Amino acid sequence: MEDFEDNEFDGPIKKFMYVNRKAPYGTVYALEGLEVVLITAAFDQDVCLVFVDDGVFQIKKDQETTGINMKNFSPTYRALEGYDVEKIYVEKESLESRGFSEDDLVIPVEILSSAEISELMDAQDVIVTF
Amino acid sequence: MKFGILVNEGPFTHQASDSAYQFTKAAIEKGHEIVRVFFYHDGVNNSNKLADPPSDDRNVVKLWSDLAAEHGVELIVCVAAAMRRGINDDLLAAGFKISGLGQLVEAGIIGDRLVTFGD
Repeated sequence: MEDFEDNEFDGPIKKFMYVNRKAPYGTVYALEGLEVVLITAAFDQDVCLVFVDDGVFQIKKDQETTGINMKNFSPTYRALEGYDVEKIYVEKESLESRGFSEDDLVIPVEILSSAEISELMDAQDVIVTF
Repeated sequence: MKFGILVNEGPFTHQASDSAYQFTKAAIEKGHEIVRVFFYHDGVNNSNKLADPPSDDRNVVKLWSDLAAEHGVELIVCVAAAMRRGINDDLLAAGFKISGLGQLVEAGIIGDRLVTFGD
């Protein structure tokens, strides 16, 4: 990951939601999406993250990636707190249908139902899905 | 209305860039403002001036360049995503510029809507 410096941008604060839908490996969306989240936080925006569908695999504990020659970037999610990104939601249905519980995740999250996430989406200014 | 546009897929394999182009063009024709178009992930490949599709196919790269020339639309290619994929200033088609992810965030802040075109 690159180092991100606090930006000088002097504008309104908006509510940004990043919706992570895809597995961490297989495509680059999760890795490059995480970079956008960190940059948005550096702009002092009101950022939240949602993990749905296979996106919940991104924050699964005990990832072992040497066999696929990819960097295990799951520790980077633990750095989010340092960027004041603390609103992290996981869709209950996605988590349970994959046989996971909160204990299987690398970061503390709030587990919400699909309907609750839908309500949260209504309250955002900007929603970007990766 | 002010629109920010995010293009997350490359040309030709996916329709995302075509759809983004059509949307952007239609928005301008309806009198809306385009804050900027930001190219991320494989979307950075939309800026490759070496793209040379058969003459009976649309040239997505050229369509974007022409739109920039006609309407002054800002076409920004993410530097980190571009470097990964071998896109640099020497390869950029007319109208495209390489810059940072902050340009995407700023488009989200300034725009009334940020519209994503991807997979």
